[in-house]
Amino acid sequence: MARAVSMRRKLTMTVLVWVVALIMFFPILYTIITSLKTEGEAAAGFSMLPSFTFESYALVLDQQDYFRPFFNSVIISIGSTVLALLISIPAAWAMAFTPTPRTRDVLMWMLSTKMMPAAGVLVPMYLIFLNTGLLDTLLGLTIILTLVNLPIVVWMLYTYFKEIPVDILEAARMDGATLPKELVYVLLPMAVPGIASTLLLNVILAWNEAFWTLRLSTTNAAPLTAFIASFSSPQGQFLAKLSAASVLAILPILLLGWFSQKQLVRGLTFGAVK
Amino acid sequence: MRLLPLLSSVLVLALGSTAHAQTTLTIATVNNGDMVRMQGLTDDFTAENPDIQLQWVTLEENILRERVTTDIATKGGQFDVMTIGTYEVPIWAKNGWLLQLDNLGDAYDVDDLLPAIRGGLSADGKLYAAPFYGESSFIMYRTDLMDKAGLTMPDAPTWEFVADAARKMTDRSAEINGICLRGKAGWGENMAFLTAMSNSFGARWFDEAWKPQFDQPEWKNTLQFYVDLMKDAGPVGASSNGFNENLTLFQQGKCGMWIDATVAASFVTNAKESSVADKVGFALAPDTGMGKRGNWLWAWSLAVPAGSQKAEAAQKFISWATDKAYAELVASKEGWANVPPGTRTSLYENAEYQAAAPFAKMTLDSINAADPTAPTVKPVPYTGVQFVAIPEFAGMANTVGQLFSAALAGSTSVDDALAQAQQTADREMSAAGYY
Amino acid sequence: MATRQTHRLARLMMTPSVAALLLWMLVPLALTIWFSFQRYRLTNPAISGFAGFSNFSFFVTDPAFWPAILNTLLIAGGVLVLTAGLGIGLALMLDQPIFGQGIVRILMISPFFVMPPVAAVIWKHELMNPTWGVFASVSRFFGMEPVNWLGSFPLLSIILIVAWQWLPFATLILLTAMQSLSEEQKEAAEMDGANVFRRFWYIILPHLARAITVVILIQTIYLLGVYAEIQITTGGGPGFASTNLPFLIYNVGVLGGNIGAGAAGGLVAVVLANVVAIFLMRAVGRNLDA
Repeated sequence: MARAVSMRRKLTMTVLVWVVALIMFFPILYTIITSLKTEGEAAAGFSMLPSFTFESYALVLDQQDYFRPFFNSVIISIGSTVLALLISIPAAWAMAFTPTPRTRDVLMWMLSTKMMPAAGVLVPMYLIFLNTGLLDTLLGLTIILTLVNLPIVVWMLYTYFKEIPVDILEAARMDGATLPKELVYVLLPMAVPGIASTLLLNVILAWNEAFWTLRLSTTNAAPLTAFIASFSSPQGQFLAKLSAASVLAILPILLLGWFSQKQLVRGLTFGAVK
Repeated sequence: MRLLPLLSSVLVLALGSTAHAQTTLTIATVNNGDMVRMQGLTDDFTAENPDIQLQWVTLEENILRERVTTDIATKGGQFDVMTIGTYEVPIWAKNGWLLQLDNLGDAYDVDDLLPAIRGGLSADGKLYAAPFYGESSFIMYRTDLMDKAGLTMPDAPTWEFVADAARKMTDRSAEINGICLRGKAGWGENMAFLTAMSNSFGARWFDEAWKPQFDQPEWKNTLQFYVDLMKDAGPVGASSNGFNENLTLFQQGKCGMWIDATVAASFVTNAKESSVADKVGFALAPDTGMGKRGNWLWAWSLAVPAGSQKAEAAQKFISWATDKAYAELVASKEGWANVPPGTRTSLYENAEYQAAAPFAKMTLDSINAADPTAPTVKPVPYTGVQFVAIPEFAGMANTVGQLFSAALAGSTSVDDALAQAQQTADREMSAAGYY
Repeated sequence: MATRQTHRLARLMMTPSVAALLLWMLVPLALTIWFSFQRYRLTNPAISGFAGFSNFSFFVTDPAFWPAILNTLLIAGGVLVLTAGLGIGLALMLDQPIFGQGIVRILMISPFFVMPPVAAVIWKHELMNPTWGVFASVSRFFGMEPVNWLGSFPLLSIILIVAWQWLPFATLILLTAMQSLSEEQKEAAEMDGANVFRRFWYIILPHLARAITVVILIQTIYLLGVYAEIQITTGGGPGFASTNLPFLIYNVGVLGGNIGAGAAGGLVAVVLANVVAIFLMRAVGRNLDA
């Protein structure tokens, strides 16, 4: 009897949750469907049945080089993530295990650096990039993305590290482990889920950053945000083509997110769990 | 004069290995159909000029404008050829930012350029940008709906006739709107249309002392007429419709009339895209009998930043992209209907083009009817038909465009919108030191 | 001895990120302050020189200034309420045993992976367009007039778009917190005969306090800077109905080419962000301790 009830309940919940999930996913799904329509169908109003033509994709790929911006996006998101992790792992470790009364202030201050609106400093930054030769280079974009996301990375790692039980550290210290050893053999293995999840989150944030990447690159370093900017409102009928370009721009990161969602979710707590 | 290039090529030759050094031109352009087509045809150029490579940066109009403006103002040197419009050219030329185009080659027929367009791209009689395509605006209307309403569209209608026809054609139950006009805010969107329209109502942006004129009755007449007309005969959500949205509406048969860029004519008559391709007629933009019509003048043009290291190659490219031979190239590959319009007299004298483009004559008449040097009924200190060629205009007109789109959406009254527009323009102009 | 050494090492380890961020904060800040006192028009080199406070007065007397402040707060507040509220709902759902949990979770978190310009384009052209958009088709199906979302409800539309992007993030954080609630606690409550609502109110919600705080803090940082969505969908209008502070700064400083006034606006935004931050820390910050 109890089993039957819980089975029914499970079925009801399943239907309910699926409906909600499909609503959340619908805009993306519909974009994919639209990208497989002809322009005429796309402009004709709601329909879930495309004629499954790939002509929009052919047009988009014919008009703009996709692979160079794609690789640029890959390089700058991964590069900036690695750089950010290298800088922030020691910092977060220090803040988590040798906290001082000022630790929280430092953290809050780091977050506050994100509050400067980018549009207010666009021209000064453009001049800096110009004069340092960083304009339109992958290095330049990697640096800026590192800086943009660094506060979040430090915070996320800090909150994760803080939950690692200190007793283990002390036990290791009793065994005579030195600090570097402590870091490499004891802490890192325990910290891996947190680092993995931070890494994924940062790759996503870097991939989707569309202000600086678009304005500080021209051709050599232009990532997918620039790719999509060449389609966002062309003359003429455009909905199917625009959808195809959109799908091409988000698909890589969507797939990464799907395949790694377990790892992403595991460490994504920001200290919310206590 | 020719000594320097000669000397430098001798020098380059002397250096041996660099003799065949490639020049790479980075070209910034908008993602409009004609430019995309040009990208596809560049093999023709690189075959003729094997030492020049082309690299394209194609961006959506607003982002392109932001990028090239930032770059040229900071002397960034990211672009060797820039696609800019008739608004930027006179301002940038005055700032000394553009290279004078005097090396387009002996074969380049500069006198063939349409006088109105050439005038808009020159400063002190010297050419600073070469037009790639030019446009004015005119009325596109549905001949079948006009017949149904029992009306005949004259070649040069008045606003009164247009408004009357629009109201008669409107049939909301059949999803037919009598008229589709731009409503989306932006100096190149609704303000291009409304500024041109206001010219035909006798209005102007500034008087001779640069005082804003939104508090004058002519502007009130313009805006009130527009808002009333759109309320009675315009589509739902007109305040967010720009060129693209209206194009799609018209192609789907949801507009009786549409006043917009002449380049749209080839889209609405293209049977592959448009469901009403065989039912479209054209007429000049309306007037009110004051001597000016409500049509604009625009040309997407190619220019080279001053101080460019690649000036010679850049001019070679511009010459290729804007000369008569390019039109023939496009015609041979994709037909005359796809040739970039509105820049050369010879195109409009070409019988093949006239046959392929039924709207050719009306386009030419519209372009000739616009005069950037005397755009308004009353005298003004500025040039530009649908814009005012001063650096402060774009920002100011964006804000005014927001206010007017709010009036269209009904969230403010026409009077409030005009009062706020006057205040906005006044503070901008006084901050910029005009008075 | 050991601790002093540890502290020194700790400071050393923090140096790279503190230095990098210090540079990242100070250089733009210094430049912004410098430019905010300069007369500098991007496309008019004839105007130059020291501006005094005129850039500040020009910016704060902009007719869009007060609407922009209000809209900035409304967008941030609206999205926070929506994402936290709906996020709790979604987290509760995902916490139930259902069929196909993995796929459901993938579908739900997908919006977070979509870059803001693409999200804006999707919502504007495919969902909210009053003629061929999906919402319009749904309205017509029910025999109603299509709603002109971006024209009639611009701010609400922006809030919906941004909330759609951030809901997955909120849901995930809340879900992780919810799953950390031990089974014994839940069962004990059930034994007590507490009904669903009491259980939610007295057990689950207090347990989520910390997670909600985290959601609020992190999202606020991003939400105060919403810009791409506005630029692409409404362009800040109609009127100033959807202009927020970052967009106004962009309009004045970049589109209008008034670098000085744009920089002054940037400083105003920093002040506003700090006011919000102080307010938030007072209101919810204590949840982070202990």
